[in-house]
Amino acid sequence: MSPVDTARSTAAAVRAGERSARSVVEAHLGAIGERDGELHAFNLVTADAALAHADEIDAQVAAGHDPGPLAGVPIAVKDNLCTAGVPTTCSSKILDGWRPPYDATVVQRLRAAGAVSVGKTNLDEFAMGSSTENSAFGPTRNPHDTSRVPGGSSGGSAAAVAAGFAPLALGSDTGGSIRQPAAFCGIVGAKPTYGAVSRYGLVAFASSLDQIGPFATDVADAALLLEVISGHDPLDSTSIPKPPLSLSSTLQQGVEGLRVGVVKELLDAEGIHPDVASRTRAALEALEGAGAKIEEVSVPAVIYGLSAYYLIAPAEASSNLARYDGVRYGLRVDAPTTGEMYDRTRTAGFGAEVERRIMLGTYALSAGYYDAYYGKAQKVRTLIIRDFEAAYERCDVLLSPTAPTTAFELGAKADPLAMYLNDVCTIPSNLAGHPAISVPFGSGDDGLPVGVQIMAPAMGEATMFRVAAALEGARA
Amino acid sequence: MSAAATGLPEGWGMVIGLEVHCELATETKLFCCCPNSFGDQPNANTCPTCLGLPGSLPVLNERAVELAMRVGRALACDVRRSVFARKNYFYPDQPKVYQVSQYDLPTNEHGHLDLPSGLRVGITRAHIEEDTGKLTHVGGGGRIHDASHSLVDYNRAGVPLVEIVSEADMRSSDQAREYVAELRSILLATGVSDAKMEEGSMRVDANVSVHREGEPWGTRCEIKNLNSLRSLGRAIDHEALRQIDLLDAGDTVRQETRHWDEASGRTGTLRVKEDADDYRYFPEPDLVPLEPSAEDIRRIDAALPVLPAARRAALAGAAGAPTIGAVAIAVERDLDTLALEAITAGADPARVLTHVEHNLAVEGAQRVSAAHLAALVQMETRGELTATQAKATLAEVVATGDDPAAIAKAKGYEAMGADALETLVDGVIAAHPGEWEQFRTGDDKAKGKLTGFFMGKVMQASKGQADGKAATALLRAKASA
Ligand SMILES: [Zn+2]
Repeated sequence: MSPVDTARSTAAAVRAGERSARSVVEAHLGAIGERDGELHAFNLVTADAALAHADEIDAQVAAGHDPGPLAGVPIAVKDNLCTAGVPTTCSSKILDGWRPPYDATVVQRLRAAGAVSVGKTNLDEFAMGSSTENSAFGPTRNPHDTSRVPGGSSGGSAAAVAAGFAPLALGSDTGGSIRQPAAFCGIVGAKPTYGAVSRYGLVAFASSLDQIGPFATDVADAALLLEVISGHDPLDSTSIPKPPLSLSSTLQQGVEGLRVGVVKELLDAEGIHPDVASRTRAALEALEGAGAKIEEVSVPAVIYGLSAYYLIAPAEASSNLARYDGVRYGLRVDAPTTGEMYDRTRTAGFGAEVERRIMLGTYALSAGYYDAYYGKAQKVRTLIIRDFEAAYERCDVLLSPTAPTTAFELGAKADPLAMYLNDVCTIPSNLAGHPAISVPFGSGDDGLPVGVQIMAPAMGEATMFRVAAALEGARA
Repeated sequence: MSAAATGLPEGWGMVIGLEVHCELATETKLFCCCPNSFGDQPNANTCPTCLGLPGSLPVLNERAVELAMRVGRALACDVRRSVFARKNYFYPDQPKVYQVSQYDLPTNEHGHLDLPSGLRVGITRAHIEEDTGKLTHVGGGGRIHDASHSLVDYNRAGVPLVEIVSEADMRSSDQAREYVAELRSILLATGVSDAKMEEGSMRVDANVSVHREGEPWGTRCEIKNLNSLRSLGRAIDHEALRQIDLLDAGDTVRQETRHWDEASGRTGTLRVKEDADDYRYFPEPDLVPLEPSAEDIRRIDAALPVLPAARRAALAGAAGAPTIGAVAIAVERDLDTLALEAITAGADPARVLTHVEHNLAVEGAQRVSAAHLAALVQMETRGELTATQAKATLAEVVATGDDPAAIAKAKGYEAMGADALETLVDGVIAAHPGEWEQFRTGDDKAKGKLTGFFMGKVMQASKGQADGKAATALLRAKASA
């Protein structure tokens, strides 16, 4: 892997005129050219647009203007975020040929901050999956071991950062889709509080769970990127009416006196590999060594999280994905009647996992089943929130593994249920709407990275990032 | 209700519930900034949100909520916490393939509407939802099934609607028409909608079922998209008779959605509801619940105009007599304040309402001052103007705004006082002793017949200056003396 400068150092050099944005972007495009044929992190590399944008930034600097806190920093954008005039595929055949007429709010904010998008990254189709194998354009591979998956669904973004294709990337996280690939690829990935980052322009999977968040090689870069993309957006009714998060200034305050709880149910969960459990314990000790108070806490309802999630997310998805009907954009397979056109278009356009979840969700919302499935799942959600609230009376942050194992081999989890179990530790934060971050903390016996998850209550990002920075600093 | 009033065969009854969709008169659509306007180039008023493009999100138009709550309060509803829900179904006029509506928690519930005839119709709910696009089927019979292709215009997609659902409280097509007319007047009075049925900004669906008196109500059918009061009445009557014919023949009525064909005067099957439609409603996760405060509701109530029912009650109270029809017309024409003020100024209520009903259905009638109308009526009451003269004078008042006494004088309408009239009547009686004897001793029928004869003579003798009403009264008084 190519060693990368941090986004902070790159932006500082570009703003100071010590380094041209063009040279930065060229170097990263070079790295992509060398290795992305093997990894397939990108669905599309927008080299010409990136270089043109880099030149604009250099011109701004030359004219004495400040291009912003991410001046000249290359960034990889998950291909479910709308980019004006640039194909946005969600790694699905059904969006074939579609170019959004608008930029997602986060994409606009990146541009306003001087970041340079180098391309659109691969994902599990419509963000449904945990390995980036469910892509209509083929899987992405883990830069640490190309026989392994990068995790998912934001596997392309995670691999791009881990491979040095870009110091920063954006992902989306509905049940762990930023944190789990961050863990598998040995980088930092965070899911913000629900509503902290605008969803406008994020192609919806499960609207009440989706959040956009940062990938970076270190905690400080992830904090910087989250500061840039967060803050109220009037175009998203669920956006929290607060100014952007302020994280960087308190990052190095340490954890002296902070109360860190380890979630018993997640550490003991079925399928947690011993290596992962031991790295999580090591992380606890490291934090204790840095002055934190450690205790074990119980969040009993989290054990139902997975079941609730796999009702709520497919239910919302079944509705969100109904619009891909061949009438207005994307793929259309013609047929004699409208009904048959719908059938043929959707059968040809959606992959197996997307089809499975649409069917699951349709069933969960059906008359006669709603109360037993969707209704009950929403009650579990309420319970999880309540149990977290109780835990946060005793602790400032909570800790758990990010994923049960290190990165697995491509094709190892052909059984959908085995794949779903990957999300057991990450899902509770989505259901609660709370922030969570995955920080790399050593590796397993297989030599592959292990991530530790730090969770915080709603809008508790500042404390969460402080703990993450402390853990990163304690890394052996 | 008698068979005569329903138009149904003896022994049968019908019950009607109405669902009225009404476009709210906002500047912009319900969830985006596109203009809410009718008649523009197809798809001119669209954006990522109202086209349902991937990644787009709705932002609620607060003005639409305000107007919807105003409808609710005008219909005496409880306005409460409400939650938007997605109604999922595949149809090409629906850009997101779900409609954002409200389901178990609508903005307005449990209201009622009082009709001029005195019937109170319950309002189940009045909820907010977005309109769909408009499909034009090209080729075949103009329906989706046999068209060669279809065109879709999303200008209307996302236009804010309230759907006002009534209880099944109506028993005849006349009552249904009266309900819709009254609802329309409320929507106009509150400024909530332009409520143009012909342009589709107010659309009516009617649920109709029938029974033999004493038996339970039968299966209901829904007739969609009735776009005039005339169609509404005809469609309901036709549908009730169709159901009765089926039942009479021993068949059953299938629960189905039907459309009304104005040209053939028939309803036809649109789709059969084999099972209850399953729209898989669930709370719209892209929007937050609406939580109107007590203060919001107070503000809306304070801004409501006086509603037609209250205006009718005020005028009827002042008029005293049972004048339901004329009072309703006065309110409908927005002349009730004029009538009320003229009556308060001492004018005879019956004459005031007669003028409002028959002589003020004209442009500029609202400009007539109550003082002028009162003066005119008082001249008439004193016998200084005949009914015909009063009508002509009022027309001049409308046109010029001048004082009615001055107009009457200028027109040469000389006052024919009571004495002059009596002298004239006596002269006519004296000239026709035979007819007078028959009039004096005859029965009501004979009297009626001869009244015409004598009035003709009186009018002839007075050259039209005599007040017919006063002269008739005089004749009758003399006959019974
Ligand atoms: Zn729009």
